[in-house]
Amino acid sequence: MKTVRSMVLVSHDEKSKASSSQEVIDAFNQAIKDFGLVDEVAVATIPEIGTIRTLPLVVIYPEASIYAPVRPEDVPFLVEEHLYKGREVPALKVKDPDTMRKAAWLTQRKGSLPAESRIVLRNVGKIDPESIDEFFAYEGGQAFATALQMTPELVVQVIKESGLRGRGGAGFPAGIKWDAVRKAPGKKKYVICNADESEPGTFKDRVIMEGDPFSILEAMLIAAYAVGADEGYIYIRGEYQLALERVQKAIQQAREYGVLGKNIFGSGFDFDIHIHAGAGAYICGEETALLESIEGGRGEPRVKPPYPTTHGLWGKPTLINNVETFANIPPIILNGSDWFRSYGTPSSPGTKVYTILGNVNNKGLIEVPMGITLREVINIYGKGLKQGQFKFAQTGGSSGSIIPASLQDTPMDFDSYSKMGVSLGSGALLICDDSNCIVDAVRVLTRFFQVECCGKCVPCRVGTDQTWKILTEISEGRGKMEDIAHLEWLCSGMEGLSNCGLGQTAGTPIRNMLDHFRAELDAHIKLGVCPTGICPMK
Amino acid sequence: MTLPTKQLDPLDNPRMRKIIDDTIAEYGDQNGALMVVLNHIQERIGFITKAMQAYIAKNLNVPVSKVHGVVSFYSFFTTEPRGKHVVKFCIGTACYVGGVSQLIDKAKQVLGVEPGQTTPDGLITLEVCRCVGACSQAPVVVVDDTNRGRVKPSQFGKILTDIQKSEAAA
Repeated sequence: MKTVRSMVLVSHDEKSKASSSQEVIDAFNQAIKDFGLVDEVAVATIPEIGTIRTLPLVVIYPEASIYAPVRPEDVPFLVEEHLYKGREVPALKVKDPDTMRKAAWLTQRKGSLPAESRIVLRNVGKIDPESIDEFFAYEGGQAFATALQMTPELVVQVIKESGLRGRGGAGFPAGIKWDAVRKAPGKKKYVICNADESEPGTFKDRVIMEGDPFSILEAMLIAAYAVGADEGYIYIRGEYQLALERVQKAIQQAREYGVLGKNIFGSGFDFDIHIHAGAGAYICGEETALLESIEGGRGEPRVKPPYPTTHGLWGKPTLINNVETFANIPPIILNGSDWFRSYGTPSSPGTKVYTILGNVNNKGLIEVPMGITLREVINIYGKGLKQGQFKFAQTGGSSGSIIPASLQDTPMDFDSYSKMGVSLGSGALLICDDSNCIVDAVRVLTRFFQVECCGKCVPCRVGTDQTWKILTEISEGRGKMEDIAHLEWLCSGMEGLSNCGLGQTAGTPIRNMLDHFRAELDAHIKLGVCPTGICPMK
Repeated sequence: MTLPTKQLDPLDNPRMRKIIDDTIAEYGDQNGALMVVLNHIQERIGFITKAMQAYIAKNLNVPVSKVHGVVSFYSFFTTEPRGKHVVKFCIGTACYVGGVSQLIDKAKQVLGVEPGQTTPDGLITLEVCRCVGACSQAPVVVVDDTNRGRVKPSQFGKILTDIQKSEAAA
């Protein structure tokens, strides 16, 4: 894949179009071609820029220089000076203080390119996912070979220093988990890849498994070597038929090449991987429920502690990581922890794969450094909203948070989000415009938890059911003011007393609604009106 | 649910019984065999009746309660036969925002059955399913094992006629 060194963003909203932004885009494409920069510079548009007087506006990264207004005839000079010779053009830079202030958010990413940085998805779309030869041709297997030259302690040390945090949603430091399993007593240990990606709206793991299954196997080999395991499982949800087939083929090819099996590469190290297909239960993404499921039972989470690091699969020490976490391992081993820390923020290094969904123009999958803001995601990658104003985003499938518009400039990393009382979740970003009703959205999320609750512990089983019933009452116009206190009470009960993550996070959307959308909720209860007209309000 | 003709339990059908026996023989010995065996039987026969659950329990040497517990826990396992074709609606959050509720209403109206039910001729079963991970295509309808994305309520009739046509051709 070609590395793009600069990115040109041109404002292309309705007002910019009136100021001939299309001609500016065409001029950029032409000038970039004339100077032979096609492989190095990417041109993209930003559809929503706010009410800015001087249009069209052009931002060039990584310098984050803002030029406005740019006329088509300025473009060849701008390309020659800034992109070809590498010096900014002060004469064309934005002068209007109002525009400068309003476009300030665009300069946040100064020094880094807002184009995607691919670590996890490095091979996706580049190699044939059914050919291990192509994988080897693209540095595949080198990380494992490098790891074999190191001591297991050193491998764990590198992962610890990289600061990699689990990408399944909770953000637990991977190195600490690895260390705990390595130090756990016992000869038999397991490495498990959690590919039960059941959070609605998340499909990053599916793309990784379908596009680059070998990297997962390589990462599991490295992990097994580091913690001293000789058997591994990949738990893939049953809905992902293609991913299942691809991983199956990958394992078969790896066995044929002797990359899995006994005495791998003559090192005396044995490791083999089995696939376990899920059968349709959201809760099996919870690590101890997943273990129960592999053992052949109902997927009901265990009581923790003891943690799987010491008492996991069949009571043996077990390392469980998410697909995306594993996909980060080989590049870290190959390039070192300092290289990894050059991406993202100090407390959450690296990149994150997000799935952008909902009311945006451009839906799909992106991999960007940690710490990007929601506003950037919506406007640069999502190419703006289809209509209306941004109202809220739902992160991380169901167990994430509802992010109100007021938090759209908070950097998206584990710590910044938890400071604001919200969570990043698994990486789904459901963007909702102002035609969506918050009560309806929360009711649907709660309904999901009510259906998927395993029923093992009371706070979750009763709490999800009661909250769903109350929210249904409110959405049908029978809400009472005391319902709010009742919801709060139920949420704190679920958060504090539930056995596993499902119950503990089931109340989060309700809490976010109470914190940020109280007026809309009150309108439902006091006035009996749904402001967006979505709730039935009988 | 009414079936067009009374069906025998798969255990009484020699061909199906052989499938069950073979599956148990192949996977019965491995650790955590129960889920694997049930997955294969569900896939190849299409449902797991109470008699089958008891038979599997006996042959795997586990309590029937455990087998039933697993069958009733996971949404993939069904105890009754489905229609010849299964039309599933993804009810993930993205599909909900994408308007899957209107699609379900349309299906109910056209076929006269609720999700979870089969048409009287045994041809089509409607179901809702969990997120299929094709969220950028929302709303998604899964017809047998094929995902159909960005389905509008007006296009739903086409999906049904496609199924009926393929039946008529067969």
